[in-house]
Amino acid sequence: MESGEMKLVTLHVNGRPFRRAIVPSTTLLEFLRDEIDLTGTKRGCDMGECGVCTVMLDGKPVLSCLLLAAEAEGAEVTTVEGIARGNELHPVQEALVAHGAIQCGFCTPAMVVNAVHLLERRPAPTREEVKECISGTICRCTGYTKIEKAILAAAGGDSGEGGKEA
Amino acid sequence: MKEYQVIGKPVPLIASREKATGKAKYTDDIRLNGALHIKILRSPHACADIRAIDASGALKAAGVRAVITGRDFNHTFGVLPISKDEPALARDTVRYVGEPVAAVAADTEAQAGEAARRIRVEYEAHDPCLDPRAALLDTDRPIHPELGRGNNLHKSARQEFGDPARGFGEAAAVVEGTFDFQPLTHGFTEPHATQVEIDAQGSITVYSSTQVPHYLHRALAEVLEIPMHRIRVIKPHLGGGFGGKSDPFPHEMIAAKLALITGRNTRLSLTREEVFSSNHGRHPTTIDMKLGLHPEKGITALSTDVLIDGGSYGSFGVVTTYYNGVLLHGPYPAPNFSFACDRVYTNKPMCGAMRGHGGVNPRFASEVLFDMACAKAGLDPCEARLKFIHEPDTVTANGFRITSVGLKEGLRKAMERSAWKEKFGKLPYGKGIGVACGFFISGSALPIHWNKMPQSTVRLTIDFDGGVTVYSGASDIGQGSDTMLAQNVAEVLGVPMSMIRVIAADTGLCPIDLGSYSSRVTFMAGNAARNAAIRMRRILVSAACKLLEIGEPRYGKPGGPDSFFRQGGRKPDFDDPYLGPNPDYSDGFEARELTFRPSAGPREGAGVPYLDAVRKAMDGHGALQTQGIYVSPKMGGDFKGAGAGLSPGYSFTAFISEVTVDPGTGFVRVDKVTGAHDCGFPLNPLSVEGQLDGSIHMGLGQALMEAIRYDPKLGVVQNASFLEYKMLSPFEQPEIDVGYDANVDNEGPFGAKEVGEGALAPVIPSVANAIHDAVGVRLRSLPMTPDRVLAAIEAGAAVTPRNENGKGGM
Repeated sequence: MESGEMKLVTLHVNGRPFRRAIVPSTTLLEFLRDEIDLTGTKRGCDMGECGVCTVMLDGKPVLSCLLLAAEAEGAEVTTVEGIARGNELHPVQEALVAHGAIQCGFCTPAMVVNAVHLLERRPAPTREEVKECISGTICRCTGYTKIEKAILAAAGGDSGEGGKEA
Repeated sequence: MKEYQVIGKPVPLIASREKATGKAKYTDDIRLNGALHIKILRSPHACADIRAIDASGALKAAGVRAVITGRDFNHTFGVLPISKDEPALARDTVRYVGEPVAAVAADTEAQAGEAARRIRVEYEAHDPCLDPRAALLDTDRPIHPELGRGNNLHKSARQEFGDPARGFGEAAAVVEGTFDFQPLTHGFTEPHATQVEIDAQGSITVYSSTQVPHYLHRALAEVLEIPMHRIRVIKPHLGGGFGGKSDPFPHEMIAAKLALITGRNTRLSLTREEVFSSNHGRHPTTIDMKLGLHPEKGITALSTDVLIDGGSYGSFGVVTTYYNGVLLHGPYPAPNFSFACDRVYTNKPMCGAMRGHGGVNPRFASEVLFDMACAKAGLDPCEARLKFIHEPDTVTANGFRITSVGLKEGLRKAMERSAWKEKFGKLPYGKGIGVACGFFISGSALPIHWNKMPQSTVRLTIDFDGGVTVYSGASDIGQGSDTMLAQNVAEVLGVPMSMIRVIAADTGLCPIDLGSYSSRVTFMAGNAARNAAIRMRRILVSAACKLLEIGEPRYGKPGGPDSFFRQGGRKPDFDDPYLGPNPDYSDGFEARELTFRPSAGPREGAGVPYLDAVRKAMDGHGALQTQGIYVSPKMGGDFKGAGAGLSPGYSFTAFISEVTVDPGTGFVRVDKVTGAHDCGFPLNPLSVEGQLDGSIHMGLGQALMEAIRYDPKLGVVQNASFLEYKMLSPFEQPEIDVGYDANVDNEGPFGAKEVGEGALAPVIPSVANAIHDAVGVRLRSLPMTPDRVLAAIEAGAAVTPRNENGKGGM
């Protein structure tokens, strides 16, 4: 690769700055996986269809395969690796584990990001809101059933009768 | 019901914490030093001769290290030894759009892609054969001329039992129909990926997203022409398979070959479009079926004529050909039975195994016809099914040994929970309820490679710290097989799950297991793990006896199995290499909470800590190691195809689906699925429920929306993306209430049978039957999309008088 084609970017990921010289067409997903080895975020289609590459950009879920890395400069990127505190899992992660909502696990990082964002916005979501929040990410193993239950449980109840504003 | 310590408890999968935190490494997450990136050049033609390949431009391109073509391989391969018809790279002809033709290894992915575009291939294109009926006709240009046939027939299966003509004569109701099924894909989220690490001796480690490390190991050795001990296959975490990763694949051969040629590590990951064009999914199928039903005798005759479109290569197709017929020998007896199935080659990506392999489409036809016959004979569809489901310990017309059957009680309960009696035939127009049943194998008793090796082998070691390591060749593909193995071992040894480590799906470390397909792992690898643990338990109990200064338990020589139907439950024979399926290992000791206690005798209740027993056993001996195996009992007839569908245990399923049909648009909403699945003793309720939820999800996808579309002239996949290949979203997944009451199977480990696939098939006809109850029309083609439902309603309204509920007749 010609050095003239490279662009120097600094991205803030999970609270740390990463400065890399990249090809300008590098997507955020490629930056995460290939430049800084955060492989928790998955590549499923590279076309924004499957949602397994979902990360948070300034607290909002985005498809990292559809965003250029350079576009994320100046923003705070949160990946699945930035959700747990050391060995202490986030309640969403604990609930996904305990409810058997993880089978192959390839969509799980994205589901974690989706759910953490939802619960930050809506601490007691309805089941419909949970469905909406995960509907951008394909899970082919679980039929979504246990993922929904887990997220509702993480929010403090299985009832799905929530709906209080944050 | 027996209360266990770990078995039967809701145990989260042991890998789920690392998956939840993003630490779990899938194949594409591995970072090998200086790995070359590989891109595959694929055929733009469905049918063409390759006249010439000029790779000079690619070889001159920046960063390129090697280019290979079909000339670099001498052997074709295939998962079945009887149809090794697939090349790693096309040699003289291409047989489908997307077939690999050449491959480039370069320093970067972009360079590999750029170089692949510079390879010049001169094709002489021909009219492709895309229609399966046309494939049966004589042709000058068969897709596989090496078979010496003048047409594109791949495999024919014919079987007949009893006297079908007489059986139809005895029936009170005879119904028939033609049913059409579209091609489907597995839809796993992780695209296939392979990475190859090569050492200074030229030995390779192949990391690959595969359900079948052992078959891949064999295929690599043959295709690369190097001995098996120079190849190590490792399956890292795997992002969904459903049958779509159960063949050896060209890209695996290509990545390994390029590592051997360059001496460098290599890597590749398919694009989603490449995954679609590699396919291996469910066969497009046409079924003509005729069913005769008698109110007292059940199915008096069943005849089935099937044509399946296999696409360009064999894959599992010979098995699929048989499964389309033989899996109709349940869940009800069919004494007078005939079936014919032809699998043809066409110039499309190959079809293979997909969840419910071969049994799904005929199940749809037979369960819809069963419903029609009930209507004609004036029988309640649930009651009739209840009456005719196989009795335990019977043999089917084709020689399947049916042992445990735990469906009747489950279906009765499902009828109550769904208020079937109050609803069937009584709901308002547009609302409907329908039932369907199914059964499925717990692994094939007849292995793909006809040899006398056990189907599963599991090794156990315990070292000085007491930690137990389970070595198994089985592939955890997300279904939880590693956890299942650990549970079996933990239960036998009285050790917590946290002290058990599973090392699996690594051909360099693990004994052979045939792989994760045909729902075989719990029954077979589970039994092998249990046997290995029982042998280990004997060693530890012996040490505990020494510490307690008492005599060892007497392990008498057991007799043979009780009967053809009851092979399990007898005492293990420790002098025999095989302890038998699900043996009764009670030895006068309780092993609980890391303590061995005699439950009778002079030292009754005295406890020996597990670690003391381990240390005592290791004195003068070192690390403890045992091995357990699983071998299917001898079963089946001696006619052609007698082995197809033979299994040591069969699961049974019933679903009652409730739907809402919008008669104005034809849109079908599945509101609720109530049902029962007999998986024997549920080893892990979380996994059982997860498999049922997933099977229903995938079955409803086939019922309502999934279909690969091929251009009818060019054979190109027209919807090679998840935007256009529709699958169920969270909003379409219905409420699910499926019971799985423990019904102990005598031979499954702790009484377990399969749960991963069998539940998929019956959910589809249960929806079709519910649609009939809702709006009075019979859908015979899948998927049951709104346009088809609407067309059927409009056609039905023109010819079918409404009954008093405003619904159609039969």
